[in-house]
Amino acid sequence: MAVHGSTVTPLPQDSPQELPARPEQVDSKRAPRIQTVMARRARKGWLFIAPFGLVFVAFLLAPLAYALYLSLFTKGLATGTRFSGLENYFHAFSDPQFLKGVGFVVRFSLVLIPVQMAVSLAAALVLDHLTTRLAKFSRLMIFLPYAVPAVIGALMWGFLYSPSFGPMQQVFSLFHASAPFLLSQDNVFYGLLNVVTWQWAGYYMIIVYAALQGIDPSLYEAAKIDGASTWQVAFRIKVPMVSSALVLILIFALIGTLQFFSEPQILGPVANGSITPDFTPNIYAFNLAFGYAQFNYASAISFSLGIIVFIAVYAFMFATRKKGSTLS
Amino acid sequence: MTAVTTSVPALARRPKPRRNVVAHVFLGVLVLYFLVPIWWLFVASTKDTEGLFAGSSGAMWFDKNFNLVANLQDLFTYNGGEYLRWLGNSLLYAVSGGLGATAISVLAGYGFAKYRFPGRNLTFSLLLGAVMVPMTALVIPTFILLSNLKLTDTVWAVILPSLLSPFGVYLMRVYTAEAVPDELLDAARVDGAGELRTFFQVALPLLRPALVTVLLLSIVGTWNNYFLPLAMLSTEKLYPITVGIGLWEQLASSNNGGGHSLWSLIIVGSFVSIIPLVVAFLTLQKYWQGGLSLGSLK
Repeated sequence: MAVHGSTVTPLPQDSPQELPARPEQVDSKRAPRIQTVMARRARKGWLFIAPFGLVFVAFLLAPLAYALYLSLFTKGLATGTRFSGLENYFHAFSDPQFLKGVGFVVRFSLVLIPVQMAVSLAAALVLDHLTTRLAKFSRLMIFLPYAVPAVIGALMWGFLYSPSFGPMQQVFSLFHASAPFLLSQDNVFYGLLNVVTWQWAGYYMIIVYAALQGIDPSLYEAAKIDGASTWQVAFRIKVPMVSSALVLILIFALIGTLQFFSEPQILGPVANGSITPDFTPNIYAFNLAFGYAQFNYASAISFSLGIIVFIAVYAFMFATRKKGSTLS
Repeated sequence: MTAVTTSVPALARRPKPRRNVVAHVFLGVLVLYFLVPIWWLFVASTKDTEGLFAGSSGAMWFDKNFNLVANLQDLFTYNGGEYLRWLGNSLLYAVSGGLGATAISVLAGYGFAKYRFPGRNLTFSLLLGAVMVPMTALVIPTFILLSNLKLTDTVWAVILPSLLSPFGVYLMRVYTAEAVPDELLDAARVDGAGELRTFFQVALPLLRPALVTVLLLSIVGTWNNYFLPLAMLSTEKLYPITVGIGLWEQLASSNNGGGHSLWSLIIVGSFVSIIPLVVAFLTLQKYWQGGLSLGSLK
């Protein structure tokens, strides 16, 4: 295995023949020929990028551009389609249904992400500390929900929450109490919080765990000699060493939560009306497009959501940036 | 600096019995939490409708009638065997989307890591921006775009957008930069190998761990996808399993099952649908466990 101690950031000390030929550096007579050979080879890089470039243009740039274009028009019943400029955006950002959905996913991520990160970090630290067979088994079992589709995960929890055939009611009736319905108007926030934590914490745990396993063990030995306790090793060495993994899962969680769709969409029919058609921005856009055929306005909503997520993630990365960190 | 090391052999950590008990209890509670729903799903899929709603031994244990085989028969024959069809569709979408996305990612990752072509930095920044674009925000615009091309409600409407995996490209680029030395590529070129041959015979074998990881991630992504096929497909025969089960759930909650209780079908269908990926993850664990840390290398 070629394991350099090098960083991910573009390598400045590359072999000279890989650099774009710079005339002032090469002064022999053969230089022009070498330059063309090098330049020709460098251009072949495009051939490797080309298939991705094609997909990127067709399924990312084109839809985004098209959504932007569509969002600038309005389709009226009598008037037909007319150019309306930014009207759809003014409408969206003063549309209480859209704003309610945005408010929900923002509040949801503010609670979910710390909970999820705490669970996955705690699990990863414990699993890194223990080397027993039980620990190995636990690691797999905690990860397992990642292999379960969000739709199925949501359905399962929907059943478990169910007052008619879920186990919660049975547990509570032992204490002569009635179980709270976790999908009711007041509780649906927590009901969903649990579903998403269950679904993703294991995946995040594995990412943190793998990063922990990559730490040079001699650091722990040194700390032990200096008299550091296990807790001190965990919080003063391990956690800072995996900070880039933590940033990565935070970004994943943020992107995932702001585009929340599958779980509330699936739990909608069994939630007795507490999950409305404008519950999250994505559900709202979906219903506008496929329920009401308002494709122009739905495009504006989709585009706004994309921009909100992009700005949120970018702002976050800017705030936590450091030299050589994730996605730099 | 973390290297690409996948796992470090257990070092001499002195055992600390007392604290390890606490740690093990903590793990036990976590495992219980993560397994309870899956255990419940298994138990519930062995029950008949009556056992499901008014079982004798509670929700977390088997009923007196062990009805799994009959449930499975019911599942695979209901409505002309549509469940099997959905399962096949999921397989088709996941395998073709996953293989395609992986092939595209490994090529592009290698191109970004090993060639200094003009425009590389600009295109790579575009790619990093794309990692941050929520994929679901693209679904509705892509739907409108594809419907103009008369491609919606076909398998292509699900497979083609699944080929887009900016994060896969990013992972492959990171891994290639670390795992494939430039000297090796130059040596192959000096020996007269063309660029493609150098890639396939020299670089690709070194990229296997990342390749498996990206493949698994994209297969899981496509298999689990719900929003995209839900928006794109209106013919039930083309549904993947996620959309199919969602449809049954809607029918069941509005009591349109036509006298047939769909709830037990939904439960046994959910159980069967998670088996392939669970088995894949358990058997392929030595490949993906190291690979998942790739994204956070620094």
